[in-house]
Amino acid sequence: MNWRAVGALARKDLWEVRMNKVAWIPAAIVPMVIVVLLPLAFILAPNLFAPSTGTPDPNANVQTLTNLVPSSMVTELHGLNDAQRWVVFSTGFVSAPMLLLLPLMFSSIAGADSFVGERERKTLEALLYTPATDSELFLGKVIASVVPALLLTWMSFVVYAVVVNAAGWNIMQRVWFPTAAWWPLMIWVAPAIATLGMAAAVLISSRVSTFMEAYQLTGTLVVIVLALVVAQATGVLSLSVGVTLLVGAALWAVDAVLVWLGVRLFSRGAVKALA
Amino acid sequence: MDAIQTDALSRRYGNLTAVADVTLTVARGEVFGVLGPNGAGKTTMVRLLNGVLAPSAGSCRVLGLDPARQGSGLRRRTGVLTESPALYERMTARENLRFFGTMYGMPAGKLAARADAMLEAFGLAERADAKVGGFSKGMKQRLALARALLHEPEVLFLDEPTAALDPEAARRVTELIMEFTRQAGRTVFLCTHYLPEAQRLCDRVAVLNRGRLIATGTLAELARTLWHGTWVDVECLVASAPDLLEAVRVVAGVTDARLDEPDGTRLAVQVEGEERIPAVVRAIVERGGQVVRVNAREHTLEDVYFELQGEPAHAQPAVASETSGRGGRR
Ligand SMILES: Nc1ncnc2c1ncn2[C@@H]1O[C@H](COP(=O)(O)OP(=O)(O)O)[C@@H](O)[C@H]1O
Ligand SMILES: [Mg+2]
Repeated sequence: MNWRAVGALARKDLWEVRMNKVAWIPAAIVPMVIVVLLPLAFILAPNLFAPSTGTPDPNANVQTLTNLVPSSMVTELHGLNDAQRWVVFSTGFVSAPMLLLLPLMFSSIAGADSFVGERERKTLEALLYTPATDSELFLGKVIASVVPALLLTWMSFVVYAVVVNAAGWNIMQRVWFPTAAWWPLMIWVAPAIATLGMAAAVLISSRVSTFMEAYQLTGTLVVIVLALVVAQATGVLSLSVGVTLLVGAALWAVDAVLVWLGVRLFSRGAVKALA
Repeated sequence: MDAIQTDALSRRYGNLTAVADVTLTVARGEVFGVLGPNGAGKTTMVRLLNGVLAPSAGSCRVLGLDPARQGSGLRRRTGVLTESPALYERMTARENLRFFGTMYGMPAGKLAARADAMLEAFGLAERADAKVGGFSKGMKQRLALARALLHEPEVLFLDEPTAALDPEAARRVTELIMEFTRQAGRTVFLCTHYLPEAQRLCDRVAVLNRGRLIATGTLAELARTLWHGTWVDVECLVASAPDLLEAVRVVAGVTDARLDEPDGTRLAVQVEGEERIPAVVRAIVERGGQVVRVNAREHTLEDVYFELQGEPAHAQPAVASETSGRGGRR
């Protein structure tokens, strides 16, 4: 493995995707919503609206919601009052899959630019004539998609933690976030999801010819995460450390298959690589 | 050892055979031209010879290596000017060269100096730090050529180097190609459908049509196999005697003779070889012909090419024909 070439390619691709403003403007808005507006809405909304409106106390709804909480969470909610339960439930549990949208989105955008954009801009052929092997080229592009996606996700996570703890301070009176399950989520599941987004972009890249088409297609991946959100909120999945590790393992298994397919598609032998 | 060797090399895309049974050799240091209209299989050949595509059948060796299995090692020693410049338009000229130099495994220190030297040699030093997107086609092509030569390849592949350029830019690129190939004794594999370029640059050519090799050889060799003789135009001051034509026809080595002008001032004589020309002139002079001009027609690559393709020159729009008016064939 010629790491110098791999690094040069990854740096070049990263630089290129940074120049792709069409991709980054929506990609900057979504994290803002998920990381800042969503937790603020969760934490502040009940306090803002509960006294003034005549509707039933939202904490009553919380009560029914928290009844759905799987047993693993009960310990986390134990000894908390209703307002505190709401904060932990909404920002510590329900929104977790939303944060997982970020690695998926970042890596599929970067992947689409790296794999489809290179071909669209007609520079792929020159790259194929370099001594870099197929796996070096593939790895360079994987790094360029997965690494920044992960870094951005972790940065977003830090911001999210600050927002959640700060906004909930009056209610919680302590730094309670992140709870235990968030660590495997960020360290084990987020990389698997970033890899998933990248691999999906590679597979899609073999079917489409422009970055925009790939971009739109990878957008449909959001459905996967929305399914997770629903599953989560209805209590099908509990966000315990054990379940998180299992979900991560399943994702990595899917990744392995997709990456294997991707390597085969993105090779000099694959005719589609040369338009 | 030959630089390039192919043996019944074939490549199919589905039902279409892009390269069919091509067997050829290119010696080291030779400038070898592959001529053919669009779709003849030239680009596919370049891809096969660099291990970017694998052959469907047959085999090839470049610098003694099998491109399909030793592609990485081989590509260190080859340089390719692709059909489209394939440059990063949002990067500067210098950044492009440095990126590709790194991909070719050039050590950082040497690369920086070499990139600067190449930018200088290719007339791009002033625009070295400008984004390539703003370059003219000619500048892009020069930069792409500089990139192909950056790592000092032993074999240089040029895929239609001047096809997209205006005549001035094309000439500049052609001159750079001559400068950087002749001096270094580099092997060159030049694909083109622009015949004057091939005539100017190539030692030997192969003519490709629909993936098949129709002929290989030097221009003179090809002309000799196509036309069994040389046409000689003879111009006289005044009309010659009516029996002149007959007298010329019986000269040894003359295969045909006819009057070009009805008034008899010009005649065209076909001889087996140039060594027969003095005898022809003598015969005309003996009959009182006042010879003012004798001109043996030379075949251009264009003549050869169209004869091989079996089509008249003007009915071939796929081929840029910028003839010099040296009309040889009729
Ligand atoms: N990736 C590909 N997939 C399918 N057909 C191709 C592909 N590349 C080239 N061809 C076909 O192969 C033939 C030869 O193409 P090419 O080698 O590009 O010719 P040239 O460079 O001489 O114009 C053409 O008919 C072309 O349409
Ligand atoms: Mg071509």
